[in-house]
Amino acid sequence: MSDTPSELRYAPTHEWAFFQDGVVTIGITDFAQEALGDVVFVELPEVDQPVQAGEEAGVVESVKAASDIYSPVSGIVVEVNDELEDSPDLVNHAPYGEGWFFRVQVENDVELDDLLEADAYQERCDAETASGHAPEDGDA
Amino acid sequence: MTLARTALYEEHLAAGARMTGFAGWSMPLNYGSQIAEHHAVRRAAGLFDVSHMTIIDIPGAGGEALLRRVFAGNLARAMPGKAVYGVLLNADAGVIDDVIVYGREGGFRLIANAATRDRVWRWLGAHAQPDAVLRARDDLAMIAVQGPTARALFAEVADLDATRLAPFSALERAEWMVGRTGYTGEDGVEVLLPGREAADLWRRLVAAGASPAGLAARDTLRLEAGLNLYGLDMDEHTTPLEANLAWTVAWAFGAGEKAPAHAPDFVGRDALARQRAAKPNEVLRGVVLEGKGVMRRGNAVTTGGAEGSTPGIVTSGTFSPTLGYSIGLARVPRGVAGACSVRLRGGDVPARIIKPPFVRHGKRVHE
Repeated sequence: MSDTPSELRYAPTHEWAFFQDGVVTIGITDFAQEALGDVVFVELPEVDQPVQAGEEAGVVESVKAASDIYSPVSGIVVEVNDELEDSPDLVNHAPYGEGWFFRVQVENDVELDDLLEADAYQERCDAETASGHAPEDGDA
Repeated sequence: MTLARTALYEEHLAAGARMTGFAGWSMPLNYGSQIAEHHAVRRAAGLFDVSHMTIIDIPGAGGEALLRRVFAGNLARAMPGKAVYGVLLNADAGVIDDVIVYGREGGFRLIANAATRDRVWRWLGAHAQPDAVLRARDDLAMIAVQGPTARALFAEVADLDATRLAPFSALERAEWMVGRTGYTGEDGVEVLLPGREAADLWRRLVAAGASPAGLAARDTLRLEAGLNLYGLDMDEHTTPLEANLAWTVAWAFGAGEKAPAHAPDFVGRDALARQRAAKPNEVLRGVVLEGKGVMRRGNAVTTGGAEGSTPGIVTSGTFSPTLGYSIGLARVPRGVAGACSVRLRGGDVPARIIKPPFVRHGKRVHE
């Protein structure tokens, strides 16, 4: 069973979001990293780049498959995790910690209401596992 | 569909394997990190459950006549205790499967792929004379121990001494057979043994320091070694000349080999001889990516030719854990070499066409 911290919000496309002081930190979930397997490349957005909720903001590539990363919120990218350039395996080892992807400054936190709470996200993951549909091939 | 389980299924679950369906079998994909498993094989010793492979015993003179007809490899070299890699061909010289034939006292043992099981059975049955006997050895498990320390480690835990075994040789004792063969580009052995004894050997090898490795690591290891995977890099519509396997074809028997007076007369020989004379239009080559990204099966390979032309296609692509960049096998026009581009999802990335393998005994070997 994958780890799903209750203090985070989740997108159905398997990204997590953590809101603090108008800035949202974004990464992919434990469920997603496990399904992808060993991550070997991560393509991140540029700092100062605007991103839209639900739109493509990067790519995570494992030995097995490539998947788009969708930004769960709209705003301006204020920071990206440069560590992933040399150590993409951080996504596997610490998906909710050192394996974060990028930070977005948001106008308000209204969009977070559209995201899933931990329980609801975990239920979706359990259903995907049961139906044999793991997130991969462009559906991280 | 219910997936079949090998004799080592419980061992995989206990080791925390992520299981996957493969050719009707429930097999371990990885035990956590496929890259860690890959490195374990290159640097020490890894352990693979390959019990899903199809094992068929073919004894007697009828068996030998059958193999002379369906096996395009050099059967004369499959003396007792020797193993020969080769292909089964259809009449058009398309590859039905790639197999290993072990010579034994009074017969042969054929190891075919799991995915081709039914087809190989039908093919052998269709060409067998009444005196040929085919025996499925579903009672046997198969464990591959691969890596620079694999043979020493196997010697520590097993009663069979494989330390002096030459490459592509095998020895047998009772129901056990140990061959110095593999699918990783490393030294090692493949052990066939009764299924009921498999878990015990597996545990002893793990206790001695071998790392369980799954199908995902097996795939990156075989690709680095430049070894084809049946169904991806070759199938019934490709010939051995188009699949980088010309070296496996026995056109003539060698001097001093136990052989009949005539040349080998295997199914597909005529079609293959015609293609050999005319030269194949397409061949299988290695591709090394020089930019960021990972090649995948189906990616187009383009060279400096006509605008928009697609001269080649990636048949297997992955990230090479040993080299730190993407490698693949690709079907390209004969004569194409050097600089090319591969169309990845993000755009064209520079690459180079080379002759496989990429890695041998843990070291880069491609130009």
